[in-house]
Amino acid sequence: MIPSAFDYAAPTTVEEALGLLSAADEAGDEVKVLAGGQSLIPVMKLRLADPSLVIDLGRIPSLSGITDDGDFLTIGAMTTHHVMETDPLLATHLPLLQMAAGTVADPQVRHRGTFGGALVHADPAGDMLAPVLATGATFTVSGPNGQRSVDAADFFQGYFTTAVEDGEILTSIKVPKYTGWGAHYEKFTRVAQQWSIVAVAAMVRIQDGVIAEARLGLTNMASTPLRATATEAALAGCALTQEAIAAACAHAAEGTEPASDLNGDAEYRRHLVQVVAKRAVMKAAGLQPDGLKRTRE
Amino acid sequence: MASSTSITVDVDGVTYTDDVEPRLLLVQYLRERLGKTGTLIGCDTTNCGACTVHLDGVSVKSCTMFAVQADGHQVTTIEGLAQNGKLAPLQEAFHQCHALQCGFCTPGMIMQSASLLKENPHPTETEIRDGLEGNLCRCTGYQNIVAAVKSVADGVEYDESGVSVSDDLVDDLAADGSERTGVS
Repeated sequence: MIPSAFDYAAPTTVEEALGLLSAADEAGDEVKVLAGGQSLIPVMKLRLADPSLVIDLGRIPSLSGITDDGDFLTIGAMTTHHVMETDPLLATHLPLLQMAAGTVADPQVRHRGTFGGALVHADPAGDMLAPVLATGATFTVSGPNGQRSVDAADFFQGYFTTAVEDGEILTSIKVPKYTGWGAHYEKFTRVAQQWSIVAVAAMVRIQDGVIAEARLGLTNMASTPLRATATEAALAGCALTQEAIAAACAHAAEGTEPASDLNGDAEYRRHLVQVVAKRAVMKAAGLQPDGLKRTRE
Repeated sequence: MASSTSITVDVDGVTYTDDVEPRLLLVQYLRERLGKTGTLIGCDTTNCGACTVHLDGVSVKSCTMFAVQADGHQVTTIEGLAQNGKLAPLQEAFHQCHALQCGFCTPGMIMQSASLLKENPHPTETEIRDGLEGNLCRCTGYQNIVAAVKSVADGVEYDESGVSVSDDLVDDLAADGSERTGVS
């Protein structure tokens, strides 16, 4: 399958990329910004996207890498899932993001696919969205008028839609550290390399033998990732037993609006999210759910 | 109308400079321009992994990259693995372990296995299966593929006449198999 013809530009700085975007906007060109290309290129091959200009961010070194900024890690938008999966800073301070990155697609896709690309693509079944939302990260977006910051809660606006406007580029994501918190990303799929049918990102802070604080993000339970706020509230002070955690996670479907598709209808997803949330929280807390064997870790 | 772009790419140790349309996929460049038909197109949708090559030493799906993105980079295909007429250990292992049936997935399986072993030289059977999750064998011959990769990780050497998979290896795989029973 061959995409429609397009012009190609490979800027080497963010300023150059923004200049190209402005010029294309004035010329009325339809532009696509190419990150790792693991979603965009398939969409272009299907001719669901038909840009006249592709701006490749792959030659801008400043957009890649993970840096320690005190209470935060700053992750460049072009950092690959593979780097996220293997980075020691992430393993220490944000194991949830590390674990979620390791569940994206397959190794070849993780070598090319990028963190920022996945977030701006904003597929509701994408695995990096709910974990980032759960962390309360801040997105740095660069545009013709300079940089602006967007809270995770405002970033995801609907199916494949984010706060990044035409003419802007997501450049980095500033994520608070959750050093010492238990974390787990539990993904429910039927076959390897499938998109999540439902997944739950969980982080818990354990103190005095109970869950003192919990943060949960839900994948594929609406047109955007969601925080499971009712479950988070119910988990505060929760005992470390399967029964208590299951009771708290029975709230996981509250406020969700899942789609119905060939993988399951909405009612099925509303049930499934409670089960997956229980598994995610138990594993984040270092407990093994009864009767559960897994093929993948 | 879109213009051509000049690219310079090192493929299997040879430097090529070509004018390409930006929409030309890397796999098309390799096969149709360079004649490197050892890299196959299976699904053309980023699923099957038959088109796997190495870009700067790590595995990528060449149906999901434009040739222009490889400008200035180093590509290794299945045709670049053998050195001085001698098959690479993974190629020899796939041969000796009968790790292919129709053979269509084989170039991609070997390239992904090489990338996996570079990142994790001593994987468990589960890690091998996870590492190959982006490569589909429609003959469903996964068992011997996993055995071939495991044999290289375990340092089994193959002489010119070839050696069979040792009994020890078969026992190892049977033991490892116990950890990969169903999902509840």
